Amino acid sequence: MIRDLPWVLVSGMLFGAGLAVSGMIRPEVVLSFLTLQDLGLLFVLGGAVVVTFVTYRVAPKVLGRPPAGESFAEHPAKLGRDTVIGAALFGIGWGLSGVCPAPAFAGLGTGNWMLLLSIAGMAIGAWVHGLLQSKGGSR
Amino acid sequence: MLVDLLPLGVTRYLVGGLLIGAGVSLLFVATGRIGGASSVFTTSCSFVSDRPYFQQERFVRSRGWRLIYAIGMVLGALVVGLFVSGLDSTTIPWWQLLLGGVIAGFGARLGGGCTSGHGICGMASLRPASFVAVGIFLTVAIATAHVVAILRGGA
Repeated sequence: MIRDLPWVLVSGMLFGAGLAVSGMIRPEVVLSFLTLQDLGLLFVLGGAVVVTFVTYRVAPKVLGRPPAGESFAEHPAKLGRDTVIGAALFGIGWGLSGVCPAPAFAGLGTGNWMLLLSIAGMAIGAWVHGLLQSKGGSR
Repeated sequence: MLVDLLPLGVTRYLVGGLLIGAGVSLLFVATGRIGGASSVFTTSCSFVSDRPYFQQERFVRSRGWRLIYAIGMVLGALVVGLFVSGLDSTTIPWWQLLLGGVIAGFGARLGGGCTSGHGICGMASLRPASFVAVGIFLTVAIATAHVVAILRGGA
């Protein structure tokens, strides 16, 4: 599946460019949203959701199957206790730092090396989650 | 009132959001994949750990493209950074970045997604779980940010 990787790279680049243009790669911008001083991030989310919503609806009907993939995936989210607890914890971490995963990566591209701390933290968090899941039997 | 809540205007936010949507859309159109960001932390663990959770087929199979996707985010912002200044630093204390990262990383993986996985991809898929997750993490994050701001004596 090497032929798909250029598409993945360009997709990630568009994503990262959008995060940079919006300013969301700066934790200060995120925190000014979360403290309700500048609600602009609602337009970031809204713009991205609307475009993605249309794409998710239209692409499978028009294309049948993706040119560089096997099939169109469905979002795997299932509501459960873990969704609620996980989202609450995610909110604490996001509210404490102003950094969520995608902007942490994108921020490195503009030389904000402090975000390596965020990435290291997220890796540790995901690692601990996986260890606990391995102990409790994999889902 | 509305101007007070949008002191920097709307344009750059909306353009940024449309670009993000274009990236998530291109990934789906070309490869059929759902492009949340937080999974890469779990799938990348499969490179270095033989724990059964990390070695699940769904993680091993997607670890390559998820890493490329994250690298693309770095490069995309790098290109924008060539034209826009002031994006290269933060005054957030180091321990808040690190500790916030640990908690957010754990929470995102437990909850099945982050701001992109639930916020963009999940809501665009009209997944009830994602709307619940977004409602919860937005509320909790707003509360947390206010508490931190009060404790630091600002805002």
